[in-house]
Amino acid sequence: MDLLGYGAFFLTTALIFSLVTLGLNLQWGLTGLFNVGLAGFVAIGAYTSALLTTPDDAARLGGFGLPILVGWLGAMVVGGIAAALTGMATLRLRSDYLAITTFGVAVVVQLVALNAQKLTGGPFGIGFIPRPFGSLAETPLLFNLSNLAVVSVVTLIAYLALEHLSRSPWGRVLKALREDERAAISLGKSARFYRVQAFAVGGAIMALAGALQAHFTGFIAPDNYLPILTFQVWVMLIVGGSGSNLGAVIGSILVWAIWAGSGTLTSILFPPEQQARAAALQIAAIGVMLCVILLIRPNGLFGDRPRRRRFSKRAKIAAGESSSGS
Amino acid sequence: MSLQFVVDGLLTGSMIGLGAIGVTLTYSILRFSNFAHGDFMAWGTYATLAVVSAIGATVGKVAPIAPLSFGWPLIVALVIGMAFTALLALLLDKVLFARLRSQGQAIIVVMASFGASMALRSLLEFTFTSRPTYFSRAIQIAMPVGFGIRITPDQIALLLLTAVLVLGVHLLMTRTQTGRSMQALSQNAALARIVGIDVASVVRVTWVIGGALACVAGVMIGILVQIRPFMGFDMLLPMFAAAILGGIGSIPGAVLGGLIIGLAEAGAVQLIGAEWRAAVSFIILMAVLFVRPIGLFGVRER
Repeated sequence: MDLLGYGAFFLTTALIFSLVTLGLNLQWGLTGLFNVGLAGFVAIGAYTSALLTTPDDAARLGGFGLPILVGWLGAMVVGGIAAALTGMATLRLRSDYLAITTFGVAVVVQLVALNAQKLTGGPFGIGFIPRPFGSLAETPLLFNLSNLAVVSVVTLIAYLALEHLSRSPWGRVLKALREDERAAISLGKSARFYRVQAFAVGGAIMALAGALQAHFTGFIAPDNYLPILTFQVWVMLIVGGSGSNLGAVIGSILVWAIWAGSGTLTSILFPPEQQARAAALQIAAIGVMLCVILLIRPNGLFGDRPRRRRFSKRAKIAAGESSSGS
Repeated sequence: MSLQFVVDGLLTGSMIGLGAIGVTLTYSILRFSNFAHGDFMAWGTYATLAVVSAIGATVGKVAPIAPLSFGWPLIVALVIGMAFTALLALLLDKVLFARLRSQGQAIIVVMASFGASMALRSLLEFTFTSRPTYFSRAIQIAMPVGFGIRITPDQIALLLLTAVLVLGVHLLMTRTQTGRSMQALSQNAALARIVGIDVASVVRVTWVIGGALACVAGVMIGILVQIRPFMGFDMLLPMFAAAILGGIGSIPGAVLGGLIIGLAEAGAVQLIGAEWRAAVSFIILMAVLFVRPIGLFGVRER
């Protein structure tokens, strides 16, 4: 019974990660937009939903006590707007600028979460976030299973919607822009407009995932949204194969299993005073793993990569280009 | 408002500027933003610290050079640390960046640098734990220099060192053949190859300069603030902002950008409070991207 309960808990967390990864897949896999601050968008969603749904709290703004669904919708709206603004500022520039800006967004969100006590509760975070099926909390198994059901349904809806989107004319434009921007523009598609849309939808999905997580655990704090979260999700997407929604989901579950498993392993193998160091080693190992996958199997498990790039690589080899070129 | 923020700002600005030189060179010559650059800083600092301890263990305690808080061991260690960081950058390029670059996808290299950054930082945390350490625990008396400004001898020495290094790199870039090759490659890579510039050697020089200066910036932070595994990562946003503010590829621009951000941060600390310091670089970055994305001294990309 315990095992079943843990399994449900594990899968719920993994599926919430999948949702973030699906959002990132829309941004990176489908559109080629590089977001290294996704932890910031997840945090925006979590905090928005928490503010909207918690009971009134004198120490900070709000607690509006609204229904959970309103919190989720609010999270998506605010997350989407934040992503759209970020996109509008940077998407007319080189792709690296978007990376640097999203990195900055995550830093600033972290700062606000830590310091704007009136809004976010500061370092102690926000508690008493209403949980779906909270009345079942006395029987953890039932509670975990019902939450797993909720998260599964949301992830499934997001998955099907994204699958539909990527096959729709809209998705084809995004792919066209990723593959050959000039050709797509020459067909009259506004590159910037489509990209901002994709970035905003991706941000909204990430924010929704943040909100789901907040309502699942009932408590959020700035520490949940450190750069390590961004990093985990990137590894999930790359392992699964960027471009594939199925890969995003399976990669998330797989990497989360590795992460949780190695975490349990270090807590058994190392004495308590060495735990922090062992955790650092765990992160280092995952970082190396990301680099190795990028080097030897950049398509991941289910990756969908454009043919054109392979062609250009071959062309360069044929031209005798040395590996030291830019 | 006391004028002390000018000194604080110039010092922070020097650290940011020295780091930003590496960022701007990598960006303009290798064409990717290197998220591992901050971790070069931290690795250089810890390497320098290790050499200082090694010297201390072999020759015993060395008296500091008169008004400064450190003696010759730190200077020797800094030189060794710079060489070490340069080698680290070259090694990382060889095993990771060069291979991905040859696949011709700039943004994959950025992602790899993000992964490498995570791995490098966590390795430091594993080896040295996340507890902060110091080069010296001695407290220096700050000398008043008028207008309500106080400055310590260490701070003067480090400002001078920054000036010398920046001048040196500037002369290297403008007066030597190597520097001209670097500029050529950053302006037009294809044309540079055609005229027979040795790309591999320019790439090596870029990493050596970037790595060595990152080490100096890190050691400055170590002397004036503290040494932590996250010290470099926290400098990443200010360094990127400085490089973009100054104009990608411009060395004087990177340094000036660093000084502007350093001064703005120090001013913000006095006016608003230290907890919001990290937001300053972001606001400046956004302003530059909206108003003048090519930066102060940038050239429009062809």
